[in-house]
Amino acid sequence: MMNTPLSAALPAVAASPHSRELSSISRVMLKVVACLAPATLCGFWYFGLPALNLWLVTVAAALAGEALCLRLMGKPVKTALFDGSALITGWLLAMSLPPWAPWWIGLVGGLFATIIGKQIFGGIGFNLFNPAMIARVALLVSFPVAMTAWVTPGGQMSTHAPGMMESLGITFGGAVPDAFTSASLLGHAKTELSRGVDLLHTFAEGMPMSLSGQRPGSLGETGVLLLAAGGVALILMRVISWHIPLAMLAAIAVPAAIGHAVNPARYLDAGTHLMSGAAILGAFFIATDYVTSPSSRAGQLVFGAGCGFLTWVIRSYGGYPEGVAFAVLLMNALSPAIERLLPPRIYGRDWRGEPIVLKKKEQ
Amino acid sequence: MIGVLSLTFLGLSLGLLLGYAAKVFAVEADSTTEELLAMMPGTNCGQCGLAGCNAAAEALVAGSAPATICPGGGVALAQAIAAKLGLALDLDGMEDAGPQMAVVEENICIGCGKCVKHCPTDAILGAAKQIHSVLDEACTGCGGCTDCCPTGAIVLQPVPQNLRDWNWARPAFA
Amino acid sequence: MGFLDRFLKGSWGVHPHDDHKRPAADVPLRVMPVPAELRVPLLQHVGAPAKPVVQVGDKVLRGQLIGAAQGNVSAPVHAPSSGVVTAIGPVTAPHPSGLPFDAITIACDGEDRAIEAAGQPDPFALDPAEVTRLIAAAGVVGLGGATFPSAPKAQLGRKHAVETLVINGGECEPYLSSDDCVMRSRADEVIDGVRILMHATGASTALVGIEDNKPEAIAAMRLAAEGQAGIRICPVPARYPMGSDRQLVQVLTGKEVPAGARTATIGVLVNNVSTCAAIHRALRHGEALYSRIVTVNGGAVAEPGNVLAPIGVSVADLLAFVGLRETPARLVLGGPMMGLALPHADVPTVKACGGILALTAAEITKPEASPCIRCGSCVQACPMGLQPLEIAARVRAGDLEGAEKLQLDDCLACGCCAYVCPSNLPLVHAFYHAKGELWKRAQQKKKMEFTKGLAQAKTERLEREARERAEAAAKRKAARAAQQAAAAAPAPAAE
Repeated sequence: MMNTPLSAALPAVAASPHSRELSSISRVMLKVVACLAPATLCGFWYFGLPALNLWLVTVAAALAGEALCLRLMGKPVKTALFDGSALITGWLLAMSLPPWAPWWIGLVGGLFATIIGKQIFGGIGFNLFNPAMIARVALLVSFPVAMTAWVTPGGQMSTHAPGMMESLGITFGGAVPDAFTSASLLGHAKTELSRGVDLLHTFAEGMPMSLSGQRPGSLGETGVLLLAAGGVALILMRVISWHIPLAMLAAIAVPAAIGHAVNPARYLDAGTHLMSGAAILGAFFIATDYVTSPSSRAGQLVFGAGCGFLTWVIRSYGGYPEGVAFAVLLMNALSPAIERLLPPRIYGRDWRGEPIVLKKKEQ
Repeated sequence: MIGVLSLTFLGLSLGLLLGYAAKVFAVEADSTTEELLAMMPGTNCGQCGLAGCNAAAEALVAGSAPATICPGGGVALAQAIAAKLGLALDLDGMEDAGPQMAVVEENICIGCGKCVKHCPTDAILGAAKQIHSVLDEACTGCGGCTDCCPTGAIVLQPVPQNLRDWNWARPAFA
Repeated sequence: MGFLDRFLKGSWGVHPHDDHKRPAADVPLRVMPVPAELRVPLLQHVGAPAKPVVQVGDKVLRGQLIGAAQGNVSAPVHAPSSGVVTAIGPVTAPHPSGLPFDAITIACDGEDRAIEAAGQPDPFALDPAEVTRLIAAAGVVGLGGATFPSAPKAQLGRKHAVETLVINGGECEPYLSSDDCVMRSRADEVIDGVRILMHATGASTALVGIEDNKPEAIAAMRLAAEGQAGIRICPVPARYPMGSDRQLVQVLTGKEVPAGARTATIGVLVNNVSTCAAIHRALRHGEALYSRIVTVNGGAVAEPGNVLAPIGVSVADLLAFVGLRETPARLVLGGPMMGLALPHADVPTVKACGGILALTAAEITKPEASPCIRCGSCVQACPMGLQPLEIAARVRAGDLEGAEKLQLDDCLACGCCAYVCPSNLPLVHAFYHAKGELWKRAQQKKKMEFTKGLAQAKTERLEREARERAEAAAKRKAARAAQQAAAAAPAPAAE
């Protein structure tokens, strides 16, 4: 028996388990991409080539920033670059930008997201804050004008859709025709409120809101229905759980509904809140970022609710019309604390981690 | 004027608070020495070059000895001491040969009994003119006996690895 | 807590995409012929190793006691076939370390003569203590893998007055079907063993939990249990690790076992179906536990299936019996989730060995580990509700106390976390390492306290001796002084 090859040492002695599920980071990211794609394509349709240009620039910048950092740190570039995480970061950032924003917004944002937002912290898994939202906030406070120049979507079939050259001019030349600029719904409401015009007057002719997405806003705002569908698909594919999205949307909707019932002239209704801004994008795709949210279910509920409530507070009382990015970043900062305070209950232990005490037998 | 006053007040009160805190939460050196002493092998084997564990603990508190001072305690003790005193730990100079144990080579032992007297934990059995042997569970591997043996019959050897003590090596994380 | 738990936790464990149990589970049981040599390890159970009661050169018969139990928690070992004892000493253990442990080597004569044994015609007429003694004498230990000796376990059950027996037919590990095979082909023996165990422990009900991916076993067991008061066959969902005692107890009884306690504290005793069959044989036929059904499976095996093999047969012999299609990349004792990788095939099997897997390179491929993305898959998968990612982060940073505070001790090492990890982190490996390191430190501390006591005793003794010497010297001096004084004193008296 000693001469059989079997009695020779086997090289692969390793700890259990000896079998594994077919999952990898890139597989997870691929599913996210698939769920983001329909809303993105819809956005390209509405806003035309300038939106596509900006998306390309942003994603390319995010990937370039990642590659540069990996190279400088002497880490393997290829595997880390193609795990899909930088792609998603750039993509999500692009979806939160004004679609006709100039190229340098995308470039600065993309580089900022992966370099400052992610690699500075040590790369994937170590960043405290959502890289896409860090970049968005940085852009918003640095370039407020460019970041709030929204356009009304036309659709590629409409007569005033920009042609190829015009599109390049919009993205790379900064030539947004004045006729196209307008304000987003939340922005408009805020401006009018600050001028002393109440909401009943501002939207006397009805909300400039449509389910099909014919409204000014980012790609993430116009494709709300497709994004929601993608988000539900993510939950069904078990990429994310329902806890953060549901808690976040509920925490926006409930105070909004209460506020609106109390004073409709001052507070927007729940439906408008949910369908506007980055509420849906944030609830399903941004707040659910693995790295920057708690992993326990109880923690996720608290985290999601915090994101939602802060969003409503910022939208209703803050200086900016939209608050998802700020809310998510604030809750990111709290995430480690939430994780620590609300761990899952361990089998055989109570919520505080003490072994459960048996009730004495009744005899 | 109000600003100056309020700042002065703030500075004074905070200063008082700090002073009070320093008094209340002061770390008594004696208690640290005692805590360190409790962590050490306590066999006073002298392998550190000082006169017993008490002296070593005092030297650690005084800062005149590195966390790696105790050979008997090994890396585990060094880490515990470093954590306790908040020292940076440099393990380079400390090679951890793993747990060691004294073994008597019976054909060289002349039964002089010097090691028996020297052993701080009475781990060596054997009267004069008889071959000695070492009790595994009492030997700390301090090595004091190897120095006093006139024939070099007692040596330190690594404790043989067995199934019960075996452990997986630290895995490589990404 | 039930509702809140469900709301916040969902389902624990994993559903392996392919459990690889068939076709091996459907192949009829094969009996392995007596090999040329058997090496029967002395430590095949939790507790103290058995003490050899034979000597080199002794002739032994099948079923003969060759190693006696020593201590309260221990189990004897018996010769699996007839032959001559050729060695008593170290052989390579079926363990990843490749370290040796003691075994009794028997050169089989091929005649397979059995020692005379008599069964009990009516075990239920015996005193429970006597039943327990017979179980102990037959060397029965938990065959599900934990190998806790069955007799002390039954005693524990009597002491805690358990009411319920949970009979574990979960067999949730992929690839394995030995319990399945036992239930299909020996259902009557299992049920009889359950009844004997109920008698021995005083339990009034027995719940047999069988995963619903084994319909044949469920049908066979239902048939065998028909008309038996107190025994219920309960199909449970197929989900790994359903066969873990804590999880199965919770699913079947709705009760949770407190952390750090045994199931007996909540009035439940868990026993494996194969153990019950072994108890039946021990009582009814006086047959000791010297053989068991082993699943030999894996991509490298030519004819996978269940084999009745003597305990102590070399893995190489076992693999030769079923044939190999290719050289395996890894040999595993047990299942793919918790099994031990073997250093080579020249190791004996043990009582705990329900399966030997010869896995191909394709079956064990594992991409390089990448950083944790905190996806939380491991948290959802953990059947104990731990946070593997947080514990692993502590271990990575060398903060073992931190890992301990996150209740690393409660970890079953079931492997769910590492199984689902998209970053392929060596989570279970890290937990094994940390647990071992913490255990080592605890041992070290214990030894340090012991030696500190010795050192103190020596110091005190030396001080006492010195004092006594000083006192003796003082006494002598005083005596001498008195003598001198006495010698000097008479002079004036003689005056």
